[in-house]
Amino acid sequence: MSAALQHLVNRPYKHGFVTNIESDIAPKGLNEDIIRLISSKKNEPEWLLAFRLEAYRKWLDMAEPTWQNVKYPRIDFQAISYYSAPKPKKKLASMDEVDPELLRTFEKLGVPMHERAALAGVAVDVIFDSVSVATTYKEKLAEVGIIFCSISEAVQHHPELVRQYLGTVVPPGDNFYAALNSAVFTDGSFCFIPKGVKCPMDLSTYFRINTQESGQFERTLIIAEEGASVSYLEGCTAPQFDTNQLHAAVVELVALDDADIKYSTVQNWYAGDENGIGGIYNFVTKRGLAKGRNSRISWTQVETGSAITWKYPSCILRGENSVGEFYSVAVTNHHQQADTGTKMIHIGPNTRSTIISKGISAGQSNSSYRGLVRVAPTARNARNYSQCDSMLIGSQCGAHTFPYIQVQNNSAQVEHEASTSKIGEDQLFYFAQRGIDAEEAVSMIINGFCKEVFQQLPLEFAVEATKLLSFKLEGSVG
Amino acid sequence: MIDANSKTLLEVCNLHATVNGTEILRGVDITIKSGEIHAIMGLNGSGKSTFAKVLAGHPAYEITQGTVFFNGQDLSGLAPEERARAGVFLAFQYPIEIPGVANDQFLRLAYNTVQSQRGKEELDPLEFDDFVREKMKLLKMNPDFLDRSVNEGFSGGEKKRNEILQMALLEPQLAILDETDSGLDIDALKIVANGVNQLANKDNSIILVTHYQRLLDHIVPDYVHVMEAGRIIKTSGKELALALETHGYEWIHADDHAAGVRS
Repeated sequence: MSAALQHLVNRPYKHGFVTNIESDIAPKGLNEDIIRLISSKKNEPEWLLAFRLEAYRKWLDMAEPTWQNVKYPRIDFQAISYYSAPKPKKKLASMDEVDPELLRTFEKLGVPMHERAALAGVAVDVIFDSVSVATTYKEKLAEVGIIFCSISEAVQHHPELVRQYLGTVVPPGDNFYAALNSAVFTDGSFCFIPKGVKCPMDLSTYFRINTQESGQFERTLIIAEEGASVSYLEGCTAPQFDTNQLHAAVVELVALDDADIKYSTVQNWYAGDENGIGGIYNFVTKRGLAKGRNSRISWTQVETGSAITWKYPSCILRGENSVGEFYSVAVTNHHQQADTGTKMIHIGPNTRSTIISKGISAGQSNSSYRGLVRVAPTARNARNYSQCDSMLIGSQCGAHTFPYIQVQNNSAQVEHEASTSKIGEDQLFYFAQRGIDAEEAVSMIINGFCKEVFQQLPLEFAVEATKLLSFKLEGSVG
Repeated sequence: MIDANSKTLLEVCNLHATVNGTEILRGVDITIKSGEIHAIMGLNGSGKSTFAKVLAGHPAYEITQGTVFFNGQDLSGLAPEERARAGVFLAFQYPIEIPGVANDQFLRLAYNTVQSQRGKEELDPLEFDDFVREKMKLLKMNPDFLDRSVNEGFSGGEKKRNEILQMALLEPQLAILDETDSGLDIDALKIVANGVNQLANKDNSIILVTHYQRLLDHIVPDYVHVMEAGRIIKTSGKELALALETHGYEWIHADDHAAGVRS
């Protein structure tokens, strides 16, 4: 790899800093007492404790999966603290009362929350470690009957809704990490769009992992009733630490008849240093159930951070004519690893799905696309189109594609296309010969490569995504 | 056009260059003044294309000996993009495909980068669109080219026209056309040659690297150089190209040999 290429893919993480806020941390380790502690700290109803304990007992019987194309040392689940919360000072009535230290943290991220909320019209549900500290625009949303709050609040104020839907898309025993999450999740977001309501603004949550060695187990549940629609944004960034941090979130989406849920993620967690030390393990279960007729679930993700990204935002297309979409950009650099993709499960007739996956590998990183398209016998006239493109920067990285296609109905049409390309010295020389330096050239090539995915992002997120890719792949050349 | 009063644009002395440790250029000498058109001919492997790439600063090639001065400035100390901004342009023998990058964006970024370097006005997308469409007429190019990815899926002839379009936009002082005629049918050759002729003026210079006389029927050089084994072994006027066409490259050695016998 040329010196210019080396240089521009080796830019340090910009958001590495730790905020000093006193945390209330549970002792390390996991057992039924810890789960009871979490549940009682959160003042939860009995059924939720039972849900947690059931998940925990299933988890005890499960083995950590090893089929993924990523490598990491065994995780000691007894060395993790499963609960931490900023010490509550008093109830917050407005943003002015938010800890100024916390506000400064968000400013360092370049996304001043209040400005963002006010200027962009985005309601921000802030997750700081595991407890929500501020929710804006809630009242405005409440006017049209939308509930947007932390899942803890939802458990307190709308227990019947949470109980009705929690675990219906990702059951407590679904997989090893989903079971762990179900047992110990401390907070996350809840969103309910009632029948016929189009959510008037994009809903946004900023996640941030702060306490060293505290596992993060977010739980998100989004429900769109008949004819409802919502666009939900999730953005992440984390401070720099030496030890790995496990993040095992669960996101469940439920779309009823004619409902539409669009879920967009820009992920920039700490990826470890250039030697592969530190960084977040991002092992997430995301799944949407297109339950009703003509419903639609659309996932868009821009994955730039984490030491290991391992997730498959999926769609279960149960309703007739339902639509599933997956648009993904996954960038890996240095020693990062990503095994990501999607599952499109066609159950209802005339269901359609689209998969557009763009993997970019630089440094010594490794990126895999893994995707399942399953057409059940009941899915007459199901259609799928998959496109998986990989781009390599330099000669020490890897890109892999693992498509799984299972078709049990002969009226189905399933298409899969794949390509691999490389940003080579010759391309950079061509740009240079026209006066364009390597940094701009790489940015232009990458943005061109990811165009189809970026087009799916809400505007302000698209801008941020472009910037994030620049953080990852550009640098001060020369 | 040859003018004794023109200033020297490019001065190459005893240039040696290697690629992967193999010496390709073994003492190239050439001096080019403003307003002149030079053709460099020679067999495959004689070092013509290497010379073109070395002038442009391709990172795979290393200058091991000799000097290259452009407008009095030592080119060897400049990065390829700095050379481009200083006015050195290479029309590639095999233009590179850049999937996903729209041609109009690429052209505008290149144009604005060079304009800014020259202290001239940059153009916004709308202004540039008008500007580039006008330039495309020169090369009879379909405006559809602007929306396509850079060189992706272009035919050989389309790629070469796109190269000359870039030359027209960037207005280099020194344009090196590396086998721009290869892969062109006769109609396309005329269009490209006509474009180049319109771009040539008393302040710029052009180096044509080619195997064949036929390009030189359309772009008439002031000097023809023959390259062999990494050196320029013969320099003459345009008639040299015709003689080579008739007699082949061996004829130069027959000539040398005959001269040797006579002395």
